[in-house]
Order: sequence, then C-alpha cells, then structure tokens
Amino acid sequence: SVRCLSSTRNQSAKKSRATLGNSNARNVVLVEGVRTPFLMSGTQYKNLMPHDLQREAIKGLLKRTGIPKDKLEYVVIGTVIQEGKTSNIAREAALGAGISDKTPAHTVTQACISSNQAMTTGFNMIASGQMDTVVAGGVDFMSDVPIRFNRKMRSLMLQMNKVTNLPYFSKVKFVKHILSNLRLQLPAIAEFSTDEVMGHSADRLAAAFGISRLAQDEYATRSHTLAKKATEEGKLSDVLEYKVPEPVTSDNGIRITPMEKMAKMRAAFVKPHGTITAANSSFLSDGASAVLLMEEKKAKAMGLKPKAYLRNYTYMSQEPKDQLLLGPAYTTPTVLEKAGLTLNDIDVVEYHEAFAGQILANLAAMESDYFAQKHMNRPGKVGAPSMDKFNLWGGSLSIGHPFGATGCRLVTTCANRLKAEDGTYALLAACAAGG
Amino acid sequence: MTSLIRTFNLARNNSFSRWALLISGSGARHLSVSSLLNGKNLNVDYQDDIAVVRLDKANSKMNTLSKELMEEFEEVFNEIQRNKAVKGAVLISSKPGSFVAGADIDMLKNAGGEAETTELSKNGQNLFNALEKSKKPFVAAINGVALGGGLELTLACQYRIATTDKSTNLGVPEVMLGLLPGAGGTQRLPHLVGVASALDMALTGKMIKPKKAKKMGLVHHLVEPLGPGLTDADTNTRQYLEKVAVETARGIANGTVKIPPIKHSTQDRVISYLLKFGAFEKNFFNKMIKGKVMKQTNGLFPAPLLIADVIREGVINGAEAGYKAEAEGFGKLSQTNESKSLIGLYDGQTHCKKNRFGNPAKPAKNIAVLGAGLMGAGIVQVSIDKGYNVVLKDSFSPGLARGQEQIYKGFNTASKKKKMTTFERDAIMAKLDATLSYDALRNADMVIEAVFEDIDIKHKVVKETEAVIPEHCIFASNTSALPIGDIAKASKRPEKVIGMHYFSPVDKMQLLEIITTDTTSKDTVASAVQVGLKQGKLVIVVKDGPGFYTTRLLAPTLSEVIRMLQEGVGPQKIDKLATSFGFPVGIATLLDEVGIDVAVHVSEYLGGVFGERFAGGNVQVLKDLVARGCAGRKTGKGVYMYSDAKSKNRPVNDTATQIFKSFELEPVEAVSSDSDIQLRLISRFVNEAVMSLQEGILDNPLEGDIGAVFGLGFPPHLGGPFRYVDLHGAAPLVENMRRFEAAYGAAFTPCPLLLEHAKDSSKKFHSS
Repeated sequence: SVRCLSSTRNQSAKKSRATLGNSNARNVVLVEGVRTPFLMSGTQYKNLMPHDLQREAIKGLLKRTGIPKDKLEYVVIGTVIQEGKTSNIAREAALGAGISDKTPAHTVTQACISSNQAMTTGFNMIASGQMDTVVAGGVDFMSDVPIRFNRKMRSLMLQMNKVTNLPYFSKVKFVKHILSNLRLQLPAIAEFSTDEVMGHSADRLAAAFGISRLAQDEYATRSHTLAKKATEEGKLSDVLEYKVPEPVTSDNGIRITPMEKMAKMRAAFVKPHGTITAANSSFLSDGASAVLLMEEKKAKAMGLKPKAYLRNYTYMSQEPKDQLLLGPAYTTPTVLEKAGLTLNDIDVVEYHEAFAGQILANLAAMESDYFAQKHMNRPGKVGAPSMDKFNLWGGSLSIGHPFGATGCRLVTTCANRLKAEDGTYALLAACAAGG
Repeated sequence: MTSLIRTFNLARNNSFSRWALLISGSGARHLSVSSLLNGKNLNVDYQDDIAVVRLDKANSKMNTLSKELMEEFEEVFNEIQRNKAVKGAVLISSKPGSFVAGADIDMLKNAGGEAETTELSKNGQNLFNALEKSKKPFVAAINGVALGGGLELTLACQYRIATTDKSTNLGVPEVMLGLLPGAGGTQRLPHLVGVASALDMALTGKMIKPKKAKKMGLVHHLVEPLGPGLTDADTNTRQYLEKVAVETARGIANGTVKIPPIKHSTQDRVISYLLKFGAFEKNFFNKMIKGKVMKQTNGLFPAPLLIADVIREGVINGAEAGYKAEAEGFGKLSQTNESKSLIGLYDGQTHCKKNRFGNPAKPAKNIAVLGAGLMGAGIVQVSIDKGYNVVLKDSFSPGLARGQEQIYKGFNTASKKKKMTTFERDAIMAKLDATLSYDALRNADMVIEAVFEDIDIKHKVVKETEAVIPEHCIFASNTSALPIGDIAKASKRPEKVIGMHYFSPVDKMQLLEIITTDTTSKDTVASAVQVGLKQGKLVIVVKDGPGFYTTRLLAPTLSEVIRMLQEGVGPQKIDKLATSFGFPVGIATLLDEVGIDVAVHVSEYLGGVFGERFAGGNVQVLKDLVARGCAGRKTGKGVYMYSDAKSKNRPVNDTATQIFKSFELEPVEAVSSDSDIQLRLISRFVNEAVMSLQEGILDNPLEGDIGAVFGLGFPPHLGGPFRYVDLHGAAPLVENMRRFEAAYGAAFTPCPLLLEHAKDSSKKFHSS
C-alpha cells in the first residue's frame, strides 16, 4: 500500500492562504520534524542498536521544540526489520529519551511506509479528539539484522530443556541432530507472497514501462546532485548531529558518480540484461526520524509555531507481483480528489525513491491513457507531477532509505520546502511493497 | 513494429518532462534502418544489423510448422544469409502463449506413404542443418510452448532464450502421437542435454519447465515475464523478450556475448563415457532402456522402441547414420496403426476441449458441491483453483472435515513440489466455503450433487436444494448410473437438471461425461460444458439412458470377467491378459477399484434393462462377495487382499476363490485361448459402444473414443472402440463374435451398425 498526504503550510504566513480547514474539525499540525543523519549500513552506526537511533531522534525533537517531556501523550514508531530484543521499539526509545514512563507507546509496520503509518495513527488520535500531542517516528537499522537458526534447529533448541534426563546415547544423537541443522536464515528479502526480491520486481516494472538504463542513471544523478546541493546550502535542517562518539552531522550516501562509470555497472538483479544497478537504486541504510504532531490550538497555547497542517491521506494496495511499486501512481490522483485539488495547485511534491526505475515507471504510468483506463478505472491519464516541483532536495536514492524512517523525512521535507519555496500545498507519496 | 513505433512516438509527444524523452530513447534508433518483409505466416523486421523473424501463422491461434511456413522460413533464411548488412537473427513468435506447438498435424496426415513422409522429415532435417551451420547467429526467443518440430527448430539455433512464463514449456511429445522427433531432435538432443536426458525427453514426451530446461542446458538464458505497463502484460513480455534476444544476437555477432559451453549432468557424463565400451552400450540400450520401455508398454507401442534405436544410431555410428535412421524411422512410424490411433485421440482431445454448445447466457461463477466424499471433494479441488467460488456442503461435520483435508492436501502437495507458492495455495483455499447449511447455496449458479447413489436420497436433495437456490441455478447430478430423467422427476425446473459424471480420482482422471435429458435446455448444457472445460476436463456430452455411455460399456465387460472367474481363469491371469492387451489397469483389479457393491448395483440394474445382452457371469458371485465383507479395495479385500497398502504383490483373496469355485462353470475350450479371452472382453465393449452410437446416446464416434480411453482405460494404442473397428476391420471382429455367440449366446450378437461396417469395408466411423 501506499500513502499520500497533502500538507498545507501554516496560515500564519503574511498573505492569506487557503488551508482546506473545516471549522468543525480539529486541525492537526506538524510542529517539527527531525532525523538522524542517514548512513550507509555498516558505517559509523554499525555498533549501535536500532532503538539508540530512534531515541536520539526523539531527544533531538524534544530539544528542538522545547516541549516539556511530561506533555507528550503518546508515541508511535514505525519499523520494518524488528530487533528481537526491542520488539516494541517505540517504548524502548521513548523511555530512553526520558519521556515519562506513564506515556504509552506502540510500534507499527507496513514496509517502506511504516512511519507514514505511525504518523497517520497519530493524526487519527488527534483528529478524533483522543489525544492532543503525539510523537511519531520511524527507524531501521540494516547494519545488524536478526539472523535465525532454521525452523528445525529452533524446534530442537526448544526441546533442549527436556534433554537433561535422557540416556547418554540419546544425548549424542541429539547433538548430532543439532550439528546437522546449523544452517542459518537471513530475514526475508523476498516478498513472502510472490517469492520475488523487490529489486527484481522493480527491474521488470521498469521494463514494462519502457524505462531505459540511461534514463535511470540520469535520474539517479539528478537525485544525488540535488541532495548534494541542498546539503551544501544547509537546507536539510531536519538533520541532527549524532555522536558515536565522533559527531556525525550529515548523510554519507550522497555521491555523484560520473555517467560513464555508472553506465559500466552490472545489473544488480536481472542478470545480465537488467537495467537496475547499485548506482540507480536506494542503498541499505541506518537512520531514524521523528515528528511532533499536535492539535493546532493546543500547540499555539503552548507557544509552539506549527510548520504545516496535515490534511488528507490515503492508502491503496495493488497486486504484489507486477505492481509492487506503483503506489504513487494510484494514490496521487485519489488523495488530490479527496482534498479537492489538482496537481497544478501543488507546489511541493516529494516521492519516495526506491529505485530510479520505479520513480520513472510511476511517472510513465501517470502519463499513460492505457494504464489509467485499464488499471486505475479512470477515463484517461492522470498526469505526472512537474519535475520543477519534484524531490528538489534529493530523495531516498541519494539521502538513504532506512525503511521505517523515510516517511517522516518526506513529511518534514515537504513542510521545510513549503517554507523555503513559499508554497501553499505539498504532496508526498511512497510505494510500499504493494500492500 | 508499427505498434512499437506508435508507442514510442506517443511517449515522445507527451511533455511532462525530459524524462519522458529518455524513456523513449532506446526505441528510436531502429527507425532509420528498419524495414519490414511480410509473409503470410511470418514477417521479418530488420533492426539495424539484426533480422527479427516473427512467426505468425495465418488464421491460427498457434504456430505450427506447416509446409507453407517452412517454405517461407527457408526463403527468409536464405535472404538473411545473402544480406551482408545482417549480422544475426532472432526467431520469435507473435502468438500469445505459443512459440511453435509442433508440426502441422494435417500436413502429417496428408503427407502420403512411407516414402513421402521420410522425404518430409529429410526436408526438415536439411533446413535445420543449414540453420545449425549458419555463421550468422540465430537466437530463438521462446515464450509459450515450443514442442516437437517447434523445439527442434530452436535446437538448431545457436542460442536459446526462454521466458519463465507459466505457458512456456519445452518438449518433444511426438512419441505420444506414435511418432519420433523427425527434424533432427533425436540427434541434437543427446548432444545438447546428454544421452540419458535426451532418451527421457523423447521416450516420455514430457514437458520441461523453463528453469529445468536451463539447468539441463536445453536453453541458455531465462527472461522473467513482465507485468502490465504501457501495454498489456503479454505484449510487454514479448517485446521485452525480443529486445533481450536482439541484444544477445548482436552480442554474439560482435563477440561480446559468449555462448556458454555445453555442460551435461554427472549422470550423463558418466553414461557418455561408458557408452564407448561396446558391452555397456549393448546392455544400456537393449536391456536398460528398451527393457524399461517393454515393461511399461508391453511392447504395444512401436515408437519408443524405435526412438531408442534411432538415438543409439546417432550416438554410436555418427550423425550421418543417425539422421538417416531418424528420417526413415519417421516415415515408418507414420504408417503404423498405433500412430493413426494416437493422432485420432489427439483430434478427439482437441474436439473435447471445445464447447460445441456455445457460450451460456450467464456463465457460472459460484458453484456448490453437495457431499464431501471422495468425489465431492475432488470436484471442489478441480474448481477452486480455476477462479470459481465454491461451497462444499455436507450433512455431517466429520465428513466435511475429511473432504476439506482432501482438498487441502492436494494443494499442499502441489506447493511442496514447488508447483505453486504457499501463498497461492492459501489464496485458492480462501475460495472454499465449507458448510453444513443449505443457506450457503443462495448465490449458487450451479449445484453439483455427489451424495449417495440412491434415487430417494437424490430426490430429497433435489427438493431441499431447489428450496434455496435461485431460479437460474443449474442442478447437476454426479451419478454413475441413475438416469438423469428419473432424478429430474423431483425437480420444479427439469430444464435446469443435467448429469455431470466425474471419474475417480477426480483430480487425476481427465474425462467428464455430461448427460442431457430431453428436457435439459441448451443453455444448461452450454453452462455445464463450460464449467467442465474450465475444470480442465475432456468433456463428452451424451444422451440420458441406462448407464449413459461409459457405465453401459463397463457393465458387459465386468459381466464377462465374472464368467471368466467362474470358468476358473484366475484374477491374476485376467489382469495380465488385459494389461498385455493395453488396458492400464487389469479388469479384475478394476472390479475391486470400482467397488464390488457398486458393480452389483450396476449389473442388476443394467441387466434388468438390457436383458440377455448383458448376461454373462452370475451376479450372485458378486453378491456373495459383498455379503462376506469383500466389497473391493475400500474394504481391504475384494478379488484381491489389500492388507498391506505398500506391497505391490497383492495376494488373491481366498474367500473370493472359494466363492468362484462354488459357482464353477465348465470353460468352453474353443473360445478360451488367451487371445480369445482378450477378444471376449474387448468385443463386448466395442459392440456396446457401437450400439450407443447407433441408438443416439453418443453424438459422434470421436467422443466415443475419448470416453472409452480416458474414462475406462480402453487401450490407447487402439485409439478407442471406433478407431479400433476402423483400423482393424469390422469383419474380423464380427467373425470372432459369431464364434463366441455360438458358445455363449446373445451377449455376443453383433449390433446392426457393426454388421453394416463388416459388410462394407469402405464404411468408416472416422473420416480422417
């Protein structure tokens, strides 16, 4: 499934703006959003645990907003690969950040939009009047993943307690059993339903929409170039400093690879004729993000200055084999209709970049009459967003993509870009493994 | 190409970003040099230095190698060799789901005698040999079936790419038509995949899935199919496959792509080595291979034996001798009755995969099956994976649970064998609604009942069902003998009542016999046939009557078996004589499989209706068996003992032997030789089949042959009762029947239609 969310910049700007507000409904606002630097996995963060990153993100959020810790009512965190020791990572991170032990926390998961799910959970709590102040966030940590013994071995280990009373011969047999079952299992990288690796699916998707290798490499270069520029210009103000113990102050995956060098890279998934390479895909990353969501009046009463209104969202699911990564194409027109807007009204667009080929396939799908009629039940093409508004500060391809953390980064970037570009409406979308 | 060009132009014209331009980039470069050559059955698109040959046989869903197509291909092949601008070529099909399905069957039928068919094979060999020797690389791009001549065509290419689409299957199934791969297949396969694997493919005709094909070395490279995008999934996949193939052909031509060396399995390498020793070679081909063929076919099929010889010839005596043997073998086999029979069955299968009643007004979507026994659960099993929503209703919870388990087991086994994912298994099972209540039938479009075979119970079920089901819902009865007309008497809507006679085990047996009464509406038949075809069945449609078609044929045969048992012919001997005649299961064993209680029921009922013609053994023999608890396999004992399920060596049941003894009859010496015993079984069977046609129970002999072979195990090498009479003559059959008639009476009296055919040998049931 996928999610789109349109946010409106706070009305306190000088000229009067449409806010899509409804006088009867409670307004949900984004007060602030922050994130740790996103690092390539296996680099500086490698000896940490995932909740360490999430804790620092929340601490940074609290410090930046200055909100008293006892005013937080709820914490929701999204994550994909769960560390077994901290399965409710939201609670561990919240406690570690010094949030009151009376503040409940829970963890959600929905592939690459896990923190979008955390945010909309918070959104719903506030909009329905259950809460006023919610921290939402997300984290993933690919430097360490839970590697398990296989099922047979696990079942043997669970039987171990009973083994002590067995005769010697049986014990020997038992040990032999164990030794023969030492094969390990990595966390699933293939979709459970289709048994296909996501990069493979993305390669087929790019081919289905006629996306060339050159187009993908150029798009990846665009992402890295824009991210580099935004970093250098200090626009990525959501990035915190992280001490491990040496301070890390910026993302480390941004690099501009010469086109000739990119063109020489081998296909990473569909060999040898595929078009997706390491250079035009997002890389395995470590990182965490967090946002503070509040009811508007409450925020203002506490002297906090909201950055944006959160207005509409939608989640849509697709067939998991051939349309695994087409969420943005489906959700963009739907969420715009909900908000009563068109693409022309939108000033800032942020899409999650899983693969350059995936982004271009989504854009091509939105420009295709055939696809709109056949698969989206629409009379004609929905139209793709203009590149002039699109991911102007880089994207997941360059900044990095710790799965659970990306959603909050997109929302915060939208709000910060609205301010920097003096825009009114922003829209974000992401693909999330079909469902 | 036009459609391609149009797509690219569209992409260029849209203005959403410069990325769109990049998307179209790869397609534009062919425009300048591209030119198109159109034939009737193929077209050639020159993309720079690569010629793309797209096979697209006129007026046909599938590509088959007809004479015209081969001639066009030869012309194109020569042109590609002449044209200096062309550096390589791609062979691809424009048909969805089919590369080339094989040689054109009609061409084979009309080829003429042995000399002409040998010539046909030689022509194919010559063309493919030239293709193999081509200095310009030919890349075969396979999506869909590549069978027989279609696969042989690709084997002559320098490189083979296949999609992993579900429709992609490779094989040389000529053996199933009583032929051999006659266009170089028997010679190239051993070279490419090794002798043992080649023999396995050619002798069994098995379909090879793409991933296995890659492992075997049958194809060099695999391409995953695409989903929908700017066009539908199928077109996308073919365009993508073509693009990859063109790049590969260009790469081979300019040396950037290397053709991987041939690597056989360890088993094949060992065998190839050992074949150099004369002693091993003789033992391998004569004892191991042919011995196995003899054991499995009783020597009734000449094709597999000859295939083994022809492969041996090439492996041992070299290519020239091999190709010669292949062409001659092809010519020889084409003239055999076995091949004609098998081709007849192929035609019959094609016929029985079509709905001659057209499309129903409202195709069934929701099916309900009543009764969760073996049959009921089996019917569900073949329905839920075909997109139907299925309700399984039973009256008792334990029975329902057993049925569900049977269904689950079927799909779980498939997932364990990697035929489907566990996810697909679960999604299929989600289509099943197992219930004890009639309420679930409210939305049913078709109800198939598989409850106990008792007319009163059937009537009760009809009434209870019709109280719930909607007006348009069809009521189908899965009965093996009760007349559908009788069942329909309880119905308010007799036009909606029909018979659907499945065979056990439903998931394995291909036949479905649909029975119509005089009141059954045409739309009801159309809908039932549609469901049957979707379930993957070969469907025959017959008129209502005692025993319909299949049960009616079985009854006199079983009656004759009882007589033989009474005459002291042991069950093992009867079985052996039947299997050596070509029945897949011995007839005495069949009695146990069907169930002796069922046999009693059928014999008494049909015997009562048809009288003397169904006489033979004494039904009391069977009744005594049932009374002593020997009702067949399901009770653990019948004619045989089934105490040890695993043991293949089943002892004869002593109780049964005693009963046969107590009803002992004096055998008639003149008609008790082995071959007479076989003929007595077959002649009653055939006579009853001809009579069913004469009486209009059967619509046509094609369906009669399919019903007998796929439902009752009539020897396939004889092609079915009607093909048997056509090929082996009615006159000799009638002559033998007269001898038996003299000994046993009316049971062997030939029916009028058979007599007509005996009188005039130019009369045939089948026109081709």
